[in-house]
Amino acid sequence: MATLIEVKNLTKQFCGAAAVNGISFAIEEGKITGLLGPNGAGKTTTIQMILDLVTPTAGEIFIFGKDMRRHREEILQQLNFSSAYITLPGNLTVHENLSTFARLYGVRDRKKRIIELAEFFGITDLLSKMTGSLSTGQLTRVNLAKSLLNSPKLLLLDEPTASLDPDIADRTRKLLRKIQREQDVTILYTSHNMEEVEEMCDRVIFILKGKITDDGSPQELIAKYGRRDMNEVFLTLARNGEV
Amino acid sequence: MKLHRINGLLIRHLYLYRRSFPRLMDLFYWPVMDILLWGFLSIYLEKFNLGAISALTVLLGAIIFWDLLNQSQKAVSIAFLEDVWERNLLNIFVTPLRLSEFLMSTFLLGFVRITIVSVIMAALSFVFYRFNIFQFGFAIIPFAANLLVFGWTLGIFTTGLILRHGTAAQILAFGFILLIQPFTAVFYPVSSLPSFLQPIAYLFPSTYVFEGMREVARTGTLSQFNIVWGLVSNLAWAIATLYYFNYCFANAKKRAALMRLD
Repeated sequence: MATLIEVKNLTKQFCGAAAVNGISFAIEEGKITGLLGPNGAGKTTTIQMILDLVTPTAGEIFIFGKDMRRHREEILQQLNFSSAYITLPGNLTVHENLSTFARLYGVRDRKKRIIELAEFFGITDLLSKMTGSLSTGQLTRVNLAKSLLNSPKLLLLDEPTASLDPDIADRTRKLLRKIQREQDVTILYTSHNMEEVEEMCDRVIFILKGKITDDGSPQELIAKYGRRDMNEVFLTLARNGEV
Repeated sequence: MKLHRINGLLIRHLYLYRRSFPRLMDLFYWPVMDILLWGFLSIYLEKFNLGAISALTVLLGAIIFWDLLNQSQKAVSIAFLEDVWERNLLNIFVTPLRLSEFLMSTFLLGFVRITIVSVIMAALSFVFYRFNIFQFGFAIIPFAANLLVFGWTLGIFTTGLILRHGTAAQILAFGFILLIQPFTAVFYPVSSLPSFLQPIAYLFPSTYVFEGMREVARTGTLSQFNIVWGLVSNLAWAIATLYYFNYCFANAKKRAALMRLD
């Protein structure tokens, strides 16, 4: 199985303090990998370094076998990103937003691709609506549609279900599974929801204070720490063994 | 550079103009107000005009050219701030978009804005005051080009300041240009400035436009001095500002500041 992301000794320091401290990992094609850890562990910083939004202090990032610093444009053409913490412009319609990003990615048949994705995510009736008028659940689906415009091989999601109610969060998880299955996308994402992680992830990388403290499938980690579920594993790792 | 990406960003901003009242006001209302205010002032001064130059020509010409500079500068910084306010900046910069393409789209947006504003102001000036902007002849081309480029440069500079100092500096997107207004000889010649300020005035490319405009009104010709030095100072500003912007952008990435700009 091909390696899509390879991170070597990645470090990020802010004013001398390490937010990410020499981490190394590889992400294989076709898997859903969760990047977990408590607040301030370095998950978002890691994702942002992978996306070249933050410059690492040290270390290397290879995506699709290519150095991110040297092949940024080529790499970003094949990946996409969605986060609960960033939005699409609310003062454009959904169609205008999707059309803008389709242009930015150089999508050949924009109209066809937008219609395809609108049908896939059930947002056809929202295309003419102002993005700012959408509910959180609708907005999540539109954001996911935006993140598939360029038919990415790799999708990075920063807490995609944060601030969603359990119903919408469940629908979103089903959509993510559908994306991975039907669009053949490898997914790397961060989440605080351990139930979700257990349900979704093939593999979990646990980060604490900028360092990787464990790595494995949810089932392996549950068995390793002798806990009932990922929530307890999370508490064990976050509290250094005390639950 | 990829045209489709520049086009994508350009169209993203043009979509907004169709339904945004403040943006339409910016394009239509303020230029109209400027023309009315300064037109009436010009007429008033005309009665006391003692020189060979018509006050109407100098003041109304100056306000039209000043608005071109203003529109060009705002096109860049407001385009950037739109994406900051909408928390869309990261969405933009995780696409394959290059920084040069981002800047080129703002340059084209400035060009579109100053084209529209020029037409409106020129038409109104003619209808209300019989002021013909084309009396400046072919000098209009270097004047407008100079102001477009310098406005773009100032817009990039203020955007760099916002990247460096956060959205607390966003007021500069609206007010920075007013800081240079007294020194760039918009409504009066450089010679009327105190002698210690005159060398400062000549640092701004826009000064050569306003001096050139008065020169054309007075003599009917535009000297090479104003053309060449306008171009040279514009190039120097553009190169220095692009360097500064690149530094600010790289620095924002080092500080992880792009995410925190909103």
